[in-house]
Amino acid sequence: MRTLNQLKPGQTGIVSNLLGAGAIHQRLQEMGIIEGTELQVVRLAPLGDPMEIIVQGYHLSLRKSEAALVELA
Amino acid sequence: MPITIAVIGNPNVGKTTLFNALTGLSQVTGNYPGVTVERKIGTIRLNGSTAHLVDLPGTYSLAARSPDEMIVVDVLLSQQTGEDPVDAVLAVVDATNLERNLYLVSQLKELGKPLVVALNMCDLADKRNIAIDTAVLSAELGAPVVRICAHKRVGIDELKTTLTRVIHEPIPPASKGPEFPGTLNSEVDALAQLLNDDAAGVGRHVPRLEVFRLLVDRGGYVEERITRGGNGISHHLEDSRQRASQNGSLAAVEARERYAWIRRVVAAGVVKPKTRATTSSDKIDAVLTHPIVGTLIFGAIMTVIFQAIFSWAGPLMDLIDKTFVAAGELAATALPEGMLQSLVQDGIIAGVGNVIIFLPQILVLMLFIAILEDCGYMARAAFLMDKLLSRCGLSGQSFIPMLSSFACAIPGVMATRTIGNRRDRITTILVAPLMSCSARLPVYTLMITAFIPETMLFGGWLNLQGIVLFAMYSVGIVVAIPVAWILKRTLLKGETPPFLLELPTYKLPLWGTIARRVYRHGKEFVVRAGTIIFAVIVIVWALAYFPHSGAITQQFDEERGSVGQAAISDDARAAALTDIDNKESAAHLRNSYFGRMGLAVEPVVRPLGWDWRIGMAAIASFPAREVIIATLGTIFALGSDVDEESESLKSYMQGATGNDGTKLFNIPVALSIMVFFALCCQCGATLAVIRRETQSIRWPVFAFSYMTILAYIAALLTYQAGMWAGWGANV
Repeated sequence: MRTLNQLKPGQTGIVSNLLGAGAIHQRLQEMGIIEGTELQVVRLAPLGDPMEIIVQGYHLSLRKSEAALVELA
Repeated sequence: MPITIAVIGNPNVGKTTLFNALTGLSQVTGNYPGVTVERKIGTIRLNGSTAHLVDLPGTYSLAARSPDEMIVVDVLLSQQTGEDPVDAVLAVVDATNLERNLYLVSQLKELGKPLVVALNMCDLADKRNIAIDTAVLSAELGAPVVRICAHKRVGIDELKTTLTRVIHEPIPPASKGPEFPGTLNSEVDALAQLLNDDAAGVGRHVPRLEVFRLLVDRGGYVEERITRGGNGISHHLEDSRQRASQNGSLAAVEARERYAWIRRVVAAGVVKPKTRATTSSDKIDAVLTHPIVGTLIFGAIMTVIFQAIFSWAGPLMDLIDKTFVAAGELAATALPEGMLQSLVQDGIIAGVGNVIIFLPQILVLMLFIAILEDCGYMARAAFLMDKLLSRCGLSGQSFIPMLSSFACAIPGVMATRTIGNRRDRITTILVAPLMSCSARLPVYTLMITAFIPETMLFGGWLNLQGIVLFAMYSVGIVVAIPVAWILKRTLLKGETPPFLLELPTYKLPLWGTIARRVYRHGKEFVVRAGTIIFAVIVIVWALAYFPHSGAITQQFDEERGSVGQAAISDDARAAALTDIDNKESAAHLRNSYFGRMGLAVEPVVRPLGWDWRIGMAAIASFPAREVIIATLGTIFALGSDVDEESESLKSYMQGATGNDGTKLFNIPVALSIMVFFALCCQCGATLAVIRRETQSIRWPVFAFSYMTILAYIAALLTYQAGMWAGWGANV
């Protein structure tokens, strides 16, 4: 299963499932990363982490460890 | 009682700008008790009567994970003690980003209170061809929607009219909000009944919205608060969750239903371009977060900030210093010699001066932070630096507070307000004072120029003095990394906070908003921290002044008398009198409570290579480390107006002998003093600010204790290692 952290800048994906539990699991979804949403990776920070994505029309930064919880279709 | 309206919205939607536009200058700021959340209340006139506006901190959701986040929920549910019940809610949303903004609105609808939605940044939405039909949107949301443009003060009057209307003629909610599965609803109802039952309850009424959060937010703050004290609720809660969550996690169910509702609302009321056009903000970001160019620009911005607080604030600080010294001298001539004169000159005026002196640095740093945050760069700085700080358990948001602390820990600690997570914020506050601030520099300069030889190393490329100075600046960072790492795994342990940071659209900073913020920070520092600092300084004065033995004064009066009668030139007489005055100060200081403390701690500081005089100077420097220079001046009977460049102080110290007749200072002693000053929290002002920012006495006490212990151990190791290496003989 592909996860968000594997995408390269410019690539897009559709969320199929969210792993994990607790705060991160909930926050990701509150910020709009839910099943069926399209995501686009914009860039990685100079040190390779975190990553910047576009979701629900806005820019969001998240760590790769968090992006690994986002499974893509 | 006046009507109370809560103003709420996501971060970066212009909520503060709208709040300022609505309330003008009628704002009162403070803190909610026990948390680090700022409380801001303003008043407005609505149709002739006064209403209170409560500015709640920006949030994306009502799912509280900490006491700080819970404040928002408690205020909205009118269950925050000491706050007026909320009569209506004003939600501020970003018109260019409706989907995510409406998530919070969907939760606010469930409060069952009159709700008005202010659609901000409409100008930007127009520019991006996002067409919003406010009438349709109002109908879909079941709440009036008002187009505004807060920074241009457009739509403010209409907003006020609408607020007046909903308060006086509440509109029955025409549209339903998100609909959750029947099992979830019935579990919430059953749990609400259980909690509000006299026998099994928690001793207060628990509103349905709070019960919903209890059920859905696994490990959230509501759960922690309600199950605290083991009242058997957690058992029921687990069963309820089991029954309700047959369709994925409850958090997922909530998010799915809310976003499904949002999609319907947006589909009905908003028309926007199919493809997302590249905005000017995207173009700016391509440069500012570019791996090379972006990093260079970041470095340049940080250099400017650091320079500004480190050196640009300098002239202002000198001016303040000179003004207060002059005021002190003026008071000294106006008042008769004695205790009152000393209290006014060395206690009160010096005390006020010691508070005001920090203002230039605070104002300069707060100005930069306000600009960077208002224009949207702050989030990018955190994005760039996150990886570096994540290694010691922090996030990119800690970078600027840490960097600022190299100039002064006080603005550094105040700058942690931009850190969202409480544990991260407190960890940053606790390690920030380890960074070598500008007040340590005089101590380093004095010790290095007096005792470290000017040897050139590596074929004349590096000066040993420079290396030692660099080492002193490094020691704080080197120690801060493991301290932060340990704190995040022990005292401030918790689930790694999500580092989900919105990178908002860049915009031009609003000077009015910035000016207000800088003014407020400055005022808070002077009023709140200033009073504590002032009290500490007066106590220090008393410790250094009393008991002020009459016998000592009398003894020196006699000496003065004999000099007065001696047949010597006027110049020689004046010099002799000054010498006597200095010796008298030294004798009084030795006899003061501070002097006695120095003698008492001598056995403790002996292993650091110190004698009672250095011990006393170190103790006297606890309220403000820069005091050490003046204290050393007084101890070595040179008068207190010496500075770190003073040759006479240096030569006195170089010549000073200890109890056994050997030289008091050598390289290991100088190094141990510097290391002690590098790591010790000798700053009453910092502690006062930590107390204020954390709203707790526990954290300043902790910071003081761990830093003092650390400083002692490090100074001990430095001295002993230095002596073992044979550096003790080189002076």
